[in-house]
Amino acid sequence: MSRDFHSVHSEPSGFLRRYVFSTDHKVIAKQYLALSMFWGLFGGATAYLIRWQLARPEAEVPGWGYVSPDVYNALVTMHGTIMVFFVAMPFLLAVFGNFLIPLMIGARDMAFPRLNMLSVWVFFLASVTLLASIFVPGGPASAGWTGYPPLSAKPEYTGVDWGLNLWILALALEFASFLLGGINFLTTVMNLRAPGMTFFRLPMLVWMQLIAAVVFMISVGPLIAGAVMLLLDRIAGTTFYLPEGGGEPLLWQHLFWFFGHPEVYVILLPAFGIILDVMSVFSRKPVFGYRPIIYASLVAGFLSFVVWAHHQYISGLDPRLAMPFSVTTILISVPFSFVVFSMIATLWGGSIQFTTPMLFAVGSLGVFIFGGLTGIFNGSAPFDIYIHDTYFVVAHFHSTLISAVFFGGLAGLYFWFPKMFGRMMNETLGKIHFWLTFACFILVFGPMHLLGLGGMMRRIANPLQYDFLKPLEPLNLFITIAATVLILSQVIFVVNFVVSLVRGKAAASNPWKANTLEWATASPPPHENFEKIPSVYRGPYEYSVPGASDDWLPQDRPLADAGAAAR
Amino acid sequence: MVKTDVMTPFVEAATPPGKTGLWWFLASEIPVFGGLIASYVVLRLGSSGWAEAASHLNFSYALINTFLLLTSSMTIVMAHAAARDRSFGRASLFLGATVLLGAGFLGIKALEYSGEIAHGFTPAAGIFWSFYYAMTGLHALHVLVGIVANLTLWIDAVRGRLARHPHRVEVAGLYWHFVDIVWIFLFPLIYLS
Ligand code: HEM
Ligand SMILES: [Cu+2]
Repeated sequence: MSRDFHSVHSEPSGFLRRYVFSTDHKVIAKQYLALSMFWGLFGGATAYLIRWQLARPEAEVPGWGYVSPDVYNALVTMHGTIMVFFVAMPFLLAVFGNFLIPLMIGARDMAFPRLNMLSVWVFFLASVTLLASIFVPGGPASAGWTGYPPLSAKPEYTGVDWGLNLWILALALEFASFLLGGINFLTTVMNLRAPGMTFFRLPMLVWMQLIAAVVFMISVGPLIAGAVMLLLDRIAGTTFYLPEGGGEPLLWQHLFWFFGHPEVYVILLPAFGIILDVMSVFSRKPVFGYRPIIYASLVAGFLSFVVWAHHQYISGLDPRLAMPFSVTTILISVPFSFVVFSMIATLWGGSIQFTTPMLFAVGSLGVFIFGGLTGIFNGSAPFDIYIHDTYFVVAHFHSTLISAVFFGGLAGLYFWFPKMFGRMMNETLGKIHFWLTFACFILVFGPMHLLGLGGMMRRIANPLQYDFLKPLEPLNLFITIAATVLILSQVIFVVNFVVSLVRGKAAASNPWKANTLEWATASPPPHENFEKIPSVYRGPYEYSVPGASDDWLPQDRPLADAGAAAR
Repeated sequence: MVKTDVMTPFVEAATPPGKTGLWWFLASEIPVFGGLIASYVVLRLGSSGWAEAASHLNFSYALINTFLLLTSSMTIVMAHAAARDRSFGRASLFLGATVLLGAGFLGIKALEYSGEIAHGFTPAAGIFWSFYYAMTGLHALHVLVGIVANLTLWIDAVRGRLARHPHRVEVAGLYWHFVDIVWIFLFPLIYLS
């Protein structure tokens, strides 16, 4: 039986064992949450500096001072690196995966609790390394979060020496941490499910975490090899990416984007899992098309491996390859459209409760549709050649990423906060937070498409050096003001989070009347999760079952108590 | 319409978590070597002068090493079989042989590297050498990790502690086979072409 792999231990008593070197998946999830919130604030600060530099390129940034072009390059590089690898990944995968997978499958912990502790500490080391890289002589990496050689391959080219080496090291540690985490997730779900928990009774969130783990695992390997080569070019004199030694700069682009494109789905899929679970609960309806969504996500995961060169249409790629990669890219919109329509169909005709998590989930869907539509434009080579490396692309990928990380992730945090911390968050503040964030998002990233169509390129410290960009300056100022409000609105969230943590109303074990197993135990769950491992009788989404006495039917409730009324 | 009320009996996978985990670990390793090998093949096909550089390699060392690794794959299978039959004395013998064969591989690799570096073929000597050192070096690191894993099991076996977790020999063996298979790809790609 699954339980035999885990003997029941009493909770460790020392402070260090309990909160610092803990092997409890719930504590580890909170550690990841703390780290990703720290990095989120850091990444937000870089966005603030970038935006004000663009709003008034020749003036000082309020509260900071003059930003030189070198510093600007470093800021853009750090912003991208931090947001993707140190906010999105830990928040969406590590926090929700760690906290929810054992609870949702009815296990006492992960399959390898000590490996789990190792993952979070390796990630901590990666964080320290990235922070350290800012303070070494020469400053932090400034070759963009994509680190294209030859710029990144020789210290002379950017003037950054150890900053970039440490950047590579930080990413390597980050990848190692998430590989270990993924192995743990996969093994846990394969080996430790509670009795009756078949694969097709797993909640969406668990499925999406699994698919994301596999996609990450397959895509990151070549980039790990590529990063080793880049580091060797910098410190051992090899010439993998340097044409003068017979190397090929394009090789990095292939390795990077073979990872980079699947990576956006690694971020997106867990967010889909959150959104689908939240939508089902608050529309009191089953997820529409449970199995087809799983199949569609698998198809999208597979297709994500054959689209990478759509980032390289103007990189000197053989032009004959543009067409096949356009076709595969646009093909991906088929499975994703399916998931989007399933979400809409889940909402359709439901008794919708607009709680804060639901607002964020619906907002996420709206923003994703927005970003997904411009993705179809970017994917087709003739259009992309025109807007490549402009703010149109920046607007596009922020729509998809912010849909996943911001709206999707926050939907999850508001939803599972009661389970994590045993207290409710304030709904009014939550709703204000949502509406401000949503409105500002539109004001920031909507007009950004116009900047791109107007020809403004990305990663440029001073657009005013080009006459044709001068008329865009008022628009830049407008976007910056909206972005500042967007960043400031997050203060509402932080206040709500902190105050609720200490003074929030105590949460019942199942405040949202949801079906999945994590709600079958106390809030917060005890050290071993369940007093007795539950038995699972049905799928996760039996809401509003006709004839049942309640409008929800938990996965672990035997039919006898589900009320004779059920039939 | 509560149709899913029957509790499906839960069929527990017979596989211990350690083995499932190792399979996923190997699944994550294949793309690392795959990416490196694919890069090597693509760049090599697209340029010239690699065969000349490759001709400076020491073929006999590589051949001996291939033989050592293949033999060690056999000895670890025998160690596994012995552990499964609970004859831990034999298991420790075969584990020890596996460790020695792996160490032999690394020793010869070190000789090979030092000879090449003495002739000026350092990692900085050109693109072929860049790949040569990266590919064989990454593989050698994996051999080292395997040796450490097998060595701990050997120590356990000698001290009579293997009985508590004999299935670890199988897990270590899976990893060791993987290291071996990678070499089976590297050997022809680097030394024979
Ligand atoms: C507070 C909201 C945010 C604002 C105002 C913002 C703003 C910006 C700006 C102005 C750039 C520079 C574009 C350039 O000139 O190249 C940028 C780049 C980028 N952002 Fe954001 N951003 C925000 C949040 C995020 C989030 C949540 C993510 C991902 C999860 C993200 C990922 C990226 C990436 C990957 C880049 C590309 C960096 C590069 O070119 O190397 N951003 N962002
Ligand atoms: Cu892409």
